Amino acid sequence: MFFTSETLSPAPLLVMAGMLLMACSGLPGLMLARHDGWGQKIATLLMLVGSATGGAGSLLTLLSATSQRYAVDSGFLLGETQWGVDPLSAFFLIPLFLIAGSCALYAVGYFPEAKHPSTAPRLTFFFGLLAASVALVFTARDGILFLVAWEVMALSSYFAMTTEDQKKEVQEAGLLFLIAAHMGTLALFAHFSLLRGESATFAFPVAGTLDGAALSATAIFLTAVVGFGFKAGIMPFHIWLPSAHAAAPSHVSALMSGVIIKTGIYGIVRVTSFYHLPPSWWGMTLLALGIVSAVAGVLFAIGQHDLKRLLAYHSIENIGIITMGIGLALMGRSSGKLPLELLGMGGALFHVLNHAIFKGLLFLGAGSVIHAAGTREIDLMGGIAKRLPLTGLFFLVGAAAICGLPPLNGFVSEYLIYLGLFRGVSGIGTMVTTGVPLMALAIPALALVGGLALACFVKGYGIVFLGTPRREVPTQPHEAGMSMLFPMGLLALLCVLIGLFPQGVVRLLGSAVTAALPGSRQTVTGLTALIPLGWITVMGLMLTLVGTVIALLALRRRPGGVTTTVTWGCGYLRPTPRMQYTASSFAGMLVELFGTLLRPRRHAPKLTGPFPAPAGFSSHVPEAVLELLYLPILKKGNELLMPLRKLQHGQIPLYILYIFVTVIVLLALAP
Amino acid sequence: MTDLAIHILLVLLMPPLLLGVIGKSKAAFAGRTGAPYLQPYYDLARLFRKGMVFSETTTWLFRAGPIISLATLLTSSLLIPLGNHAAPISFDGDMILFAYLFALGRFATILAALDTGSSFEGMGSAREATYSCLAEPTLFFALIVLARLSGSLSLSTMLTRSLSAVWATSGASMLLLVAALFIILLAENCRIPFDDPTTHLELTMIHEVMALDHSGPLLGCIQYGAALKLFVLGAFFLNIALPLRVGDNLSDWGLFVISQLLLAMAIGTVESVMARLRLTRVPQLLIAGSILSAFAMLLILR
Repeated sequence: MFFTSETLSPAPLLVMAGMLLMACSGLPGLMLARHDGWGQKIATLLMLVGSATGGAGSLLTLLSATSQRYAVDSGFLLGETQWGVDPLSAFFLIPLFLIAGSCALYAVGYFPEAKHPSTAPRLTFFFGLLAASVALVFTARDGILFLVAWEVMALSSYFAMTTEDQKKEVQEAGLLFLIAAHMGTLALFAHFSLLRGESATFAFPVAGTLDGAALSATAIFLTAVVGFGFKAGIMPFHIWLPSAHAAAPSHVSALMSGVIIKTGIYGIVRVTSFYHLPPSWWGMTLLALGIVSAVAGVLFAIGQHDLKRLLAYHSIENIGIITMGIGLALMGRSSGKLPLELLGMGGALFHVLNHAIFKGLLFLGAGSVIHAAGTREIDLMGGIAKRLPLTGLFFLVGAAAICGLPPLNGFVSEYLIYLGLFRGVSGIGTMVTTGVPLMALAIPALALVGGLALACFVKGYGIVFLGTPRREVPTQPHEAGMSMLFPMGLLALLCVLIGLFPQGVVRLLGSAVTAALPGSRQTVTGLTALIPLGWITVMGLMLTLVGTVIALLALRRRPGGVTTTVTWGCGYLRPTPRMQYTASSFAGMLVELFGTLLRPRRHAPKLTGPFPAPAGFSSHVPEAVLELLYLPILKKGNELLMPLRKLQHGQIPLYILYIFVTVIVLLALAP
Repeated sequence: MTDLAIHILLVLLMPPLLLGVIGKSKAAFAGRTGAPYLQPYYDLARLFRKGMVFSETTTWLFRAGPIISLATLLTSSLLIPLGNHAAPISFDGDMILFAYLFALGRFATILAALDTGSSFEGMGSAREATYSCLAEPTLFFALIVLARLSGSLSLSTMLTRSLSAVWATSGASMLLLVAALFIILLAENCRIPFDDPTTHLELTMIHEVMALDHSGPLLGCIQYGAALKLFVLGAFFLNIALPLRVGDNLSDWGLFVISQLLLAMAIGTVESVMARLRLTRVPQLLIAGSILSAFAMLLILR
């Protein structure tokens, strides 16, 4: 597809090879006559080789801190386009290759071709195409190529997530996704047109060359926030996210939540890097949006009792945390405070990687649980850790990591953002003048988010994995196979390793942060000087050591020995599993406390007479932003625009005529 | 080196004494003699000699819960300065680790409680998770005030350096902070008016109910952990509320020990003169604490 006059250097060549391998991975499966699993095996092999080569290329780029950019002549397809890999792209490519490879391996056990002969080849193909298009989004260097990759990504995610399209909820989720994705793309069309006005070419401008004070910069920034915000799921552009993540097959959800929504984050970071002095309200806007997304995202998560919807709302929360970091970095840039830039951007990018790891892990774990329990309803599960001990352990690691608990990876990235915010507020070095109250609010907000995330994940883990099963499952659930356990184990191991030894990642982070923040110098040493990395390792190891000593002391053999009995029911003699606390009852107090925001719905039965008939109670937290904000406006708009519907009649030749006329008019108008 | 030894010895040995003092002062208010001061030590020694009973519903998490919780408390005790003495370990941002270690302990405790499948322990966990969310922002508002006033990012410098001078310049803010932190101190340690550590009604308890199924050494870990938490958070509170300094090393240690005992007596007094709040009132008081500390922050940001 691409022809370039220059020869690629090794690192971009590896990335390109990985990308192409992934793009083609599903083709053999589509072409094979019989769907007996060989197509999927070949695809998985290609995906694994692709992630290994692509990952190696990205690592090489980060270690050497070089950026490469190539003019690629694609002939009549797109004309001359620009493609390249720099440390910022590479840092986003690493989670992509890691998660895509893990998910492809997981799919062999989770969605075997032998069991789903009609849908698996299609899913495998689109999954590979999806991963490749994300890689192209991260490496495109001009607006046209970027938008093409963006659209391929949107469509292949649509086809991958609607694999089980016989279900009505999947169809609805797919439609909502498609609409939201294209609303975002529309904003990006405006965005790249405006950007072209700045430099008279669609090729991305060199970092730090545009003037942030210009009026056009405001429009470019705002279209970027809307367009990329829709993909990232920043509140209030997140409406598509919960249902899409819930409807997709679990390994697709893992890739969507772990990596694809990060393309929105990448876009914002990339675009703001074009400007050499962004106005201070940019950073403040992003910080405020981040706070809203983080707090509201986790609040909505608490009210969910569908395991995958719960995880999806946590993606919104984590995107909020990442956005807060970017906002802080931009505020630092506007006021010339290097530590804020480094800690904010460092924390945000680090959290991009961490969130990909633990959220990928959690979605894969959720897939195994749903496989075993036959439902996504948390309130029907229970006691799964006894049946699936390894999945339970890995999910626990992911749950603790997403709450930002030490000594796991989530803590380290949140720690960086906290440190930056505290520096900004306390005025160490020189005082920041603007936005201090906002930063001061961001700290307790982040703490509240931490507390709420903890509440949500003890609820999720406790109700799903602990206690006893809340209903009889027809087939005895059993532990997932090796191809599913291995990717989860790998990701869980990474959570622990990065949490205990963040030095390695911070070394890679340095060059990515430099690329994201033009003009800041000596970032690698700057970052390590600002973060007490050694202490994080020491404290993590000390915690482990103290815990081991206590365990040895407390659990050593004693004359009294250990006896086993039933759970103490406070004297009640006939407890049943249905008496256990449920996810809804666990979250009840918090949902009620934040009821004005969450708008919970309760369906309580009317009880009459001294012997009422059996009745049921249910409650749920709907997607309030969609139902109370978007739908009424869209409905109104639909009514207003009804007369125009005549133009839309389904006659494709006439549609082509519209396009022709539009082009003629535009040509006539062009100067 | 001596300071380090004293720090570790105090952390390991003193906490149960605080519970003894609280018990004694409550007994004094009630006109009883009360258990001896050292009773909590005897209780712990007895628990550590006993065997254990486990529910067959539980997994390894049930055993790990109290152990992880105690480990986080012991680790965080290395970050907190006692009186005028810097903590053994301090670095930029150690206060964040301090707060998150508590969160890890809570995570482990709640999961261990849910592991039993008992609805009572479910109730306790839900309450603990809810209330701690509301308490979290208060602590961070307080940390912002301290960081800004001291111009430092580590607990040791924040809490030991010139806080008495700060009282003179930003007294109003500090006063609000003391009120907010006292609320947090009582809530986090499950004292009246938030929770009653001596009640036997499972339905009304928060923390005690989560430990219903624990027995033997693991119950000992939980009780010792509770005392340690009171000690560590008490030290944090005292550094702000009573920044008294003599200047002489040994007298400062003595001063610290005395003020801890005074704090325990104050808690005993509060417990004697107040009734436990209705559960629905608890969030309101916690939010009030957050708002007080938010005002403390506003006063120094202006």
